[in-house]
Amino acid sequence: MGASGAQRTPLRQAVQIGLIFGVVGVYLSLVGMVETFHGRAVIAGVISLGQALLLLTGLGAGFVVARRIPKDRPWHSVAYGALAGSLAGLVLFTLPLLGNFVHLRSMFVNASPTLFELLTFGRGLVRGGLLLLVVGAFLGMSSVLILRIPRRILRPVGVGVTTIFLVSLFQEQLEIMLAGPEAIEEIRRFLFDVRGLTIPGASFLLVVTAVGNALWTKYRESIRQRANQLPAAGQKSLRALLLVAGILLVLILPIVTGSFFAQVLVFVGLYTLMGFGLNVDLGFAGLFDLGFVAFFAIGAYTAALLTSQGPLGIAHISFWGAIPIVVLMSLLAGVMLGVPVLGIRGDYLAIATLGFGEIIRLLVLSDFLRPWLGGSQGILEIPKPMIFGFELATPQQIFYVTVIFCVVVAYIAWRLRDSRIGRAWIAIREDEDVAAAMGINLINAKLLAFGIGASFAGVAGAIFASMVGSVFPHSFNLFISINVLALLIVGGLGSLPGVVVGSLALIGLPELLREFSEFRLLVYGAALVAMMLLRPEGLWPEPVRRRELREFEPGVQPVAEEALAGTKGQVEVERL
Amino acid sequence: MAILTVQNLTKRFGGLVALNRLSLEVEERAIHSIIGPNGSGKTTFFNCVTGFYKPEEGEIIFQGVPINGLTPDQINRLGIARTYQNIRLFANMTALENVLVGMHPRLKSTWVGAVLNTPYTQEEEKQAVKRAQEILHFVGLKGKGDFLARNLPYGDQRRLEVARALASSPKLLLLDEPMAGMNPRETMEMMSLIRRLRDELGITIILIEHQMRAVMGISERVTVLDYGEKIAEGTPQEIQNNPRVIEAYLGTSKAVADVTR
Repeated sequence: MGASGAQRTPLRQAVQIGLIFGVVGVYLSLVGMVETFHGRAVIAGVISLGQALLLLTGLGAGFVVARRIPKDRPWHSVAYGALAGSLAGLVLFTLPLLGNFVHLRSMFVNASPTLFELLTFGRGLVRGGLLLLVVGAFLGMSSVLILRIPRRILRPVGVGVTTIFLVSLFQEQLEIMLAGPEAIEEIRRFLFDVRGLTIPGASFLLVVTAVGNALWTKYRESIRQRANQLPAAGQKSLRALLLVAGILLVLILPIVTGSFFAQVLVFVGLYTLMGFGLNVDLGFAGLFDLGFVAFFAIGAYTAALLTSQGPLGIAHISFWGAIPIVVLMSLLAGVMLGVPVLGIRGDYLAIATLGFGEIIRLLVLSDFLRPWLGGSQGILEIPKPMIFGFELATPQQIFYVTVIFCVVVAYIAWRLRDSRIGRAWIAIREDEDVAAAMGINLINAKLLAFGIGASFAGVAGAIFASMVGSVFPHSFNLFISINVLALLIVGGLGSLPGVVVGSLALIGLPELLREFSEFRLLVYGAALVAMMLLRPEGLWPEPVRRRELREFEPGVQPVAEEALAGTKGQVEVERL
Repeated sequence: MAILTVQNLTKRFGGLVALNRLSLEVEERAIHSIIGPNGSGKTTFFNCVTGFYKPEEGEIIFQGVPINGLTPDQINRLGIARTYQNIRLFANMTALENVLVGMHPRLKSTWVGAVLNTPYTQEEEKQAVKRAQEILHFVGLKGKGDFLARNLPYGDQRRLEVARALASSPKLLLLDEPMAGMNPRETMEMMSLIRRLRDELGITIILIEHQMRAVMGISERVTVLDYGEKIAEGTPQEIQNNPRVIEAYLGTSKAVADVTR
């Protein structure tokens, strides 16, 4: 850990880390996260999500200690881990201790007796407090030790534990999926209690996923090799088979999981569409657009005006007839936004575009445009998409519509990226001046990026309008722009699969975990910070980008040495 | 016949006169060097010719066409390409992609063609990749097309800059210190590459360079700038013996005598 490690002694560091994690634990307790999560069992009767959260603070302290403190003397770091863990426990203990003398609740609503009982393991102040210290020390110590376990054992177990957590988080959705015939009912009863996973169910999941992962790790290479050895035709059909399997999975998913899940997937799809759009602007061409919601709104309002059966509808055409006009309108809007900001770069561009999203919203809200756009009352009676006289009304059916558009848009984005235009965009992202000197017309290239990006978002808006059946100005706030930006960063800027992964992670997960909605933004923020620290290139980065941020390129030797050797013989100052 | 004629070119930055009434003629198929102490206006001259700076006064005529006021991309399309003193590759693109970007103005496929994947686009793309590989081969980067530009060794990055500039099939190539930081062997290789550019491809070269051995060995004509003004011009022999040039580089003979005493 270089210089900083040398200046601060391990002891001081361990104390610091322990205190910090203790404060994190206190914070999580006081905002009510621990208690709320306590209501949700991971494994029924064994551990609740709230308890798991507290365990994580202890484990986290040990984890950071293990990474920060030099490993030359192994047993020392175990001791320091124990110290940090117990200190974290001590800080947490101050909560029930204080609560015993002062009425904390008048200030912190969540400092309830239940919380204190949870923190002291229900064993009273003294015995509970001591236990908290011991458990903290144990956790800190064990996480240092856990990191010593060889990876080939640690990884499968880690995957197993993560699976248990995920399954317990999505218990509700999974139970809906598993409702049905008696045989499946049986599986459900084996896995789930009313309040969480059963002990046998959890052990079963742990063993199955751990063994599965271990086997996969072991045989992955040989499977891949065997696939590569197949003749070209065989490889092609294998790929086709995987593709068909993937498509079938996507098609069946909403039917199996019910309409709520399908609804969530529709939102994921809409954000994916917008993500593809912003990816063209920001990921390819490096144009920072924070007013992206504007195009979503323009798409939605255009579709609404064209298709609405209400008094504000102007054309009464079908959803499918409206789509080309929506694309054209949002494309024009994108170009029109592009024109005034052509000369603005980087951060300044973000601020300039930020205003555009708000302007559109305020325009729609304004009294001046009220006769046409309905002001805050919005536009109503927007029909659902029809196909051969059949109305696509359920979330499942809308999901299929969204998927089709996502596939088309992803294809367009992919083709563009690998074309002459895509190269020009990336060159502009890399170095605008040089791109111009290479003969790229900056104005055309940028306006094209703005227009195409906007048209993708416009399509998303049209689907949204038709799905909800009405549009209101307040649906189109700044938060949508920020969401789209965040999902791009989480997924991996410039990467097409990253857009899908990002919107699944940032839009899908929070929608499914609605019951924790109070803490949504907290978790969201923490996740983004963690992402930036641990995996800045995103969850599924573009291959080139991965190399860029990881500084990993085997086989290339820097020539520094050679150059140095050469300059020794370099001529002195030469006479003219 | 002169391919580039510059008349009374003046560029000011606030009170600083970076170029002062500079006049210059570059013959077709020449290797013409521009030398001068740091800050004498050499790179500013390149920036004016390529359209990055708008000169306050004067005229730049390329193949009989005045090019002042054109944008950098328009000037590139007329047939002027350049490299940079501090390497400015598209660092996160591969070497091949860098060259393909250089080819941009020579390609015609549109975004619609790319989306529909028309036969024309496919064919053009195939030809472009083939030509890009030829160019990489020409500058000595054969087989390195798939490396990220940022991961190439220093000397190769310099070559790639030349390759990228070549991709637009220029008639006039402006090289800004292509040998800076190179060891003697690399310098020799770069010199022979520059000669081949002229001899085999017929490209006119304007070269800014500090390595005097290279400049004197390769150029037919040398222009010396000092404080934005042309103080001398001639063959390498004439320049080497010009007292004003020696003064600009080393100071007055009295000062030299003081230092060396």
